[in-house]
Amino acid sequence: MYSIKASQPNSGHRCLERYTFLKFFVAALNQLSLSSAPLQIRFLLLFSRQGKVRLQKWYAPTPEREKKKVMRDMTTLVLARKPRTCNFLDWRDLKIVYKRYASLYFCCGLENQDNELLALEVLHRFVELLDKYFGNVCELDIIFNFEKAYFILDEFLMGGEILETSKTSISKAIEASDLLQETMEEYMSKPAF
Amino acid sequence: MSPSVRLQEMIRVIRSARTQGEERGVIQRECAAIRAQFRQGDNGSRSHNLAKLLYVHMLGYPAHFGQMECVRLIASPRYNEKRIGYLGAMMLLDEKQDASLLITNSIKNDLSHSSQYVQSLALCTLACMGSAEMCRDLAPEIERLLRASNSYIKKKAALCAVHIVRKVPELGELFTPSARSLLSEKNHGVLHGAVVLITELCERNLDTLDQCRKAVPELVQIMKGLVMSGYSPEHNVAGISDPFLQVRILRLLRILGRNNDTASDAMNDLLAQVATNTDSSKTAGSAVLYETVLTIMDIKSESGLRVLAVNILGRFLLNNDRNIRYVSMTSLQKIVQTDHNAVQRHRGTIVDCLKDQDASVQRRALELSLALVSAVNIRSLMKELLLFLSSCPLELRANTTSGIFLAADRYAPSQRWHIDTILHVLTTAGGDVRDETVPNLIQLITTASDLHSYTVHKLYRALVADIQQQSLVQVACWCIGEYGDLLMKGECEETEPVQVTEDDVLDALETVLQSHMSSPATRAFALTATMKLSTRITNNVDRIRSIVSIYGSCIDVELQQRAVEYNALFKKYDHMRAAVLERMPVIDKNSPGHINGDFTAGVKESELVKVKQVEADRPQETNQACDLLGLLGDSDQPWQPSPAQPTTAPSSASTNMGGDLLDLLGGLDPIPAPAVTVYEKNGLSIKLQCDKKMDTGVTVTFTASNSSDNDISSFTLQVAVPKSVQLQMKAPSGDVIPAQGAGHVIQTVLLNNPNKVNLKMRVRVQYSKQGSVCQDMLQIDSLPTPALQ
Repeated sequence: MYSIKASQPNSGHRCLERYTFLKFFVAALNQLSLSSAPLQIRFLLLFSRQGKVRLQKWYAPTPEREKKKVMRDMTTLVLARKPRTCNFLDWRDLKIVYKRYASLYFCCGLENQDNELLALEVLHRFVELLDKYFGNVCELDIIFNFEKAYFILDEFLMGGEILETSKTSISKAIEASDLLQETMEEYMSKPAF
Repeated sequence: MSPSVRLQEMIRVIRSARTQGEERGVIQRECAAIRAQFRQGDNGSRSHNLAKLLYVHMLGYPAHFGQMECVRLIASPRYNEKRIGYLGAMMLLDEKQDASLLITNSIKNDLSHSSQYVQSLALCTLACMGSAEMCRDLAPEIERLLRASNSYIKKKAALCAVHIVRKVPELGELFTPSARSLLSEKNHGVLHGAVVLITELCERNLDTLDQCRKAVPELVQIMKGLVMSGYSPEHNVAGISDPFLQVRILRLLRILGRNNDTASDAMNDLLAQVATNTDSSKTAGSAVLYETVLTIMDIKSESGLRVLAVNILGRFLLNNDRNIRYVSMTSLQKIVQTDHNAVQRHRGTIVDCLKDQDASVQRRALELSLALVSAVNIRSLMKELLLFLSSCPLELRANTTSGIFLAADRYAPSQRWHIDTILHVLTTAGGDVRDETVPNLIQLITTASDLHSYTVHKLYRALVADIQQQSLVQVACWCIGEYGDLLMKGECEETEPVQVTEDDVLDALETVLQSHMSSPATRAFALTATMKLSTRITNNVDRIRSIVSIYGSCIDVELQQRAVEYNALFKKYDHMRAAVLERMPVIDKNSPGHINGDFTAGVKESELVKVKQVEADRPQETNQACDLLGLLGDSDQPWQPSPAQPTTAPSSASTNMGGDLLDLLGGLDPIPAPAVTVYEKNGLSIKLQCDKKMDTGVTVTFTASNSSDNDISSFTLQVAVPKSVQLQMKAPSGDVIPAQGAGHVIQTVLLNNPNKVNLKMRVRVQYSKQGSVCQDMLQIDSLPTPALQ
């Protein structure tokens, strides 16, 4: 007449496993959300109108399965938005800020106390940087030179925070790194700056 | 900038694949080639191969075999290989992978590299995926770099320190002195990094917060400089000089000024200046203004400043840009408790936002509107909310209905208005209301005794119109059953009189009974209502008798049981029928049957129900059984009480009412929660029994008995539970268990589980038998639940 949960080891265990795993993940996320930063990005995604991911940057340790789930959710949610709606969404306990540039959606997940308008500016600044580097950037540029897109992102944001606020600084740093990549042998033997 | 031709070639091939299968084939071939090349070792194209692998990974295919290659590439002396190696580490490794520990040494070496770009790669990777151990190892290095002379490195080191502090808060003290000194930098990047670091340190450590309060004048100066400065091409965004840094400083000022008068005074002027001078025509300016407003509301600002802030938010509300409206509603939500009147002034605009097309804006407007409901504006606001309900998106419906009910509960100007509102909600969105709505509404109706005929007329009309909304139909059936005589009298001052005959009423109830749209619970309501009408009508009792006897062979066990019982009432106990089915008294809102939501209709149920048990706190238990299942982590199947359930478990209220009239069952003994044997060894058996007293408290009773031939003495039980659970052991009844089951030892343990974690227990049993001491451990992973039907 009564049921003891322990008598169903397999399914109960899996449920328990998933439950505790999710609890851990949420706890890990919550740990990061202790600070009241105005902009603490959890992840940054670029995807096309067909939902193909062109760039994904995760600023919190996320298991692979969870990453895939987040990407799926983001693409479905953002692509379902109508044209003249606002750029903000609520999802789980995060705020999602997205903006569409031509055929690419730039989407980032923020903590709940973050400044969404600033996040919009961040996305815009990233697009400007890409544009400056590639010259009239389009989706194909990002597809075929994805590693460069990552390098540029890493000069602009770090650990979910803004690293550099000056466009020119970032461009100079990228150019110098690229130069280094070409003539690295010479550079290695020179003394530090 | 030499492109890796082979990478681009592969990308081209993958993109030209026409089907998913073709793409998979190409990728499998490439991956095989890459794996082979990885095994070969250094052949000049390692970086290309890793880049290809990273692309494949981004498409969603597994790439874990590249992890070791990343480690190798990071250790390479060539910059291009390091660069791609670090990128691979950030994409493929995270702190949970074991391989990530292997790169700690490379990072350490690279942090002291002669080239700043190599150093920056290491810093970036550490900040992105550094685990706690890596952070602990490398923290001194980072601290050294914070004091380096190179601003490029300093800003990166600052953010890396932020990551370290987040991972290992104790290391915060290491960075505090250098962080403070960085505030005097001119470079915006370093300044920004310094502000982020100080914010992080102040958040974690109150002493640091006190120390950093002294920096408020310095920060105010910097901010003033930014606001008043002229056009600076390097940092300008739409007329605002470095909005990112401004927002960051404002946030730090907010933290420093919170709950502190001196700090707040020092920044009053600045905030006023920023609030008035910032041009908010573009997003950048709005972002700064938004942050300013939030800061003003959070610190101890003077009232003039607060008024300014609320006015700015009001201005935002009227902005054409949806983003800005959204943002203003979010902030108004935060201050609606403290500055209620100020927000009330904007109620009109907020309510207009309910009609917006955008779901995000609607959601914010809904929350804010619900927060603005007060006794004064309840009527007009409710009209708007009901209008919104009829057209709102599906995901907001549940919130809307529960919000409306709460508001109606608190501020209803009259009972009739209250009932009308609830009925309106049920007709529009009956499917999205919570389960307790039905009993709540019924309780409300019983208390409004002068409105009974009005209510029953309205409900009858609604029932005839549409029988789809289950909650509405259930309430209607119950009312018709209860007040059917008023309905058939036909007089009602408040609505138009409509001639309703007995046949009409029975037709309506029969339609509900026979319709495939009715849920089992609804049909049960209808059947009971039909039965009740047998005492309230005069002509068609035979019809009722026939209906009831038909359902005596219904497939649904619940209905069948009721029908059989009602049949018995007709046949053997006809003399009691009138008394059994008479009008119910007003239901008290806090009765156990009511709290549970297991509302039953009809008094006779309790007596004729021969089913399992009638326990005084039975309804309480079903609700808490729900919680117990939740505790056991069964999150995949949220327990829904089966539709038959609410009407099975009789409420004790009805037990008490009818128990005196009929003594059919002579008072049932409450069946205790079942005892489970958790330990059985060497004749010693321990049974466990659970009782739930409150939402978070459980009383566990251990009963130990001895079926062997020898006495057990010095019997002790020790219990361990998860950390958040509080344990209180009562004194055991004894420590000797006589042989041959002649006696037991009972030990009661009180558990308090405020966090509702999984209740596991580890029990250590110790006893001596025949001179030898025995000890054993048993693990109980879940506590037995009481009986569920």
